[in-house]
Amino acid sequence: MTDKPLRILVAKPGLDGHDRGAKVIVRALRDAGFEVIYTGIRQTPGMIAAAALQEGVDAVGLSLLSGAHMTLFPEIVKLLRKKGLKDVLVFGGGIIPDEDMPKLRKAGVDRVFGPGTPLSEIVAYLNGKLRVAA
Amino acid sequence: MPRKADPTDLIKRVRRGDHAAASRALSLVVDEDASSETLAKEFFKSAGSAQKIGVCGPPGAGKSTLTGRLIGHYRKLKLKVGVLAVDPSSSISGGAFLGDRLRIMEHATDPGVFIRSLASRGMIGGLTHTIFGAIHVLEALGCGKILIETVGTGQDEVDIASVADTVVYVTTPAMGDEIQAMKAGAMEIGDVFVVNKADLAGKDKAVADLKGALGLGRSAGQAPRAWEPPVVATSALNGDGVAELGRELDAHWKHLRDSGEGRERLKRQHATELQFWIQRRVIKTALDRVTDKSLEALLSHKIDPASLGRRLLRN
Repeated sequence: MTDKPLRILVAKPGLDGHDRGAKVIVRALRDAGFEVIYTGIRQTPGMIAAAALQEGVDAVGLSLLSGAHMTLFPEIVKLLRKKGLKDVLVFGGGIIPDEDMPKLRKAGVDRVFGPGTPLSEIVAYLNGKLRVAA
Repeated sequence: MPRKADPTDLIKRVRRGDHAAASRALSLVVDEDASSETLAKEFFKSAGSAQKIGVCGPPGAGKSTLTGRLIGHYRKLKLKVGVLAVDPSSSISGGAFLGDRLRIMEHATDPGVFIRSLASRGMIGGLTHTIFGAIHVLEALGCGKILIETVGTGQDEVDIASVADTVVYVTTPAMGDEIQAMKAGAMEIGDVFVVNKADLAGKDKAVADLKGALGLGRSAGQAPRAWEPPVVATSALNGDGVAELGRELDAHWKHLRDSGEGRERLKRQHATELQFWIQRRVIKTALDRVTDKSLEALLSHKIDPASLGRRLLRN
């Protein structure tokens, strides 16, 4: 079953309520054939990790615009790994300064997409990362 | 990226209540992995151990929010709850937006709650082919109550009656008059009816309309039924009526066990599970044999679809 649909959790940690971006991603991924679960806004790292575990997802996409990414993104990766989700790909999006990228990568966030990223680029990235690995 | 897992070990871990193992087992079952039949065989041993409550009704009636409330109700009673929430897959892309979990995130970190979103993956009728396999995993996990939320398809969602023990049909005050309630389809299969959004105007009329429509049959001189479906008004928004709904669900579960009806329903569920398996197997096997050459033969009228179909099934 190599053609099984890939499952992606799109999550919004932290306190900002701006989820238009997350919803655009959800819609684009659905249209590209992914099964997408959306957590809604203001989720704690614990809630996101538990959802990723129960839903059996292949990747977790984190959207954040409040500036708390350096705290929350690594915390979520840590919790996912602690729960045994070693292979789940973590990527992010939002307003993330360039200088934070290397640190986030080091913390286990595979890639961060900034504003204006074409949706096709994100779809191609996920297919490339997840289909090859499977 | 399936991690290699020993099925026996996985089964043991699920029975111990390990959520990670349950999630893995669910993925294997739902994706119809080669190992899933070994797992299914073992998990089937737990079949019938939980009350399976189907929550159906039109889109926007508040099924997910009400499901969230019911989880809260059962957690107060210290019961372990499983939730299977089905949303439609796109027939165009095959993708799906599974949005039910969003309404029940407050229970995300509760170790006594396991929620899994499922995509319908091409099946109509509000469910998905592998729903039974998923149910048995949650039963093995030790869930005493399993809430199954169907795709909100409205009038024609009758499959749930062959899957759940207790069917909750959710409607709202704004869903129409008693003529709507008299139509055949989903209304016939409800064991418990809910008028949700009771915080809106028109609740009392909606409850009366529903009760009226449900009572019409008896006036024709039919024998009284062993179970008369109750109508409960709830507000998933503020929690009103949820405890009463919980009591009615318990009463129905008791009725099923005391009357022998439960055994009949379980038998029907197993028959449906068998039917799903055969359909998947036979249809998939036959369709896999369709080649471009056979389609060309149809184009040139060398053969007709029925004859070709017969040949594909025979092979």
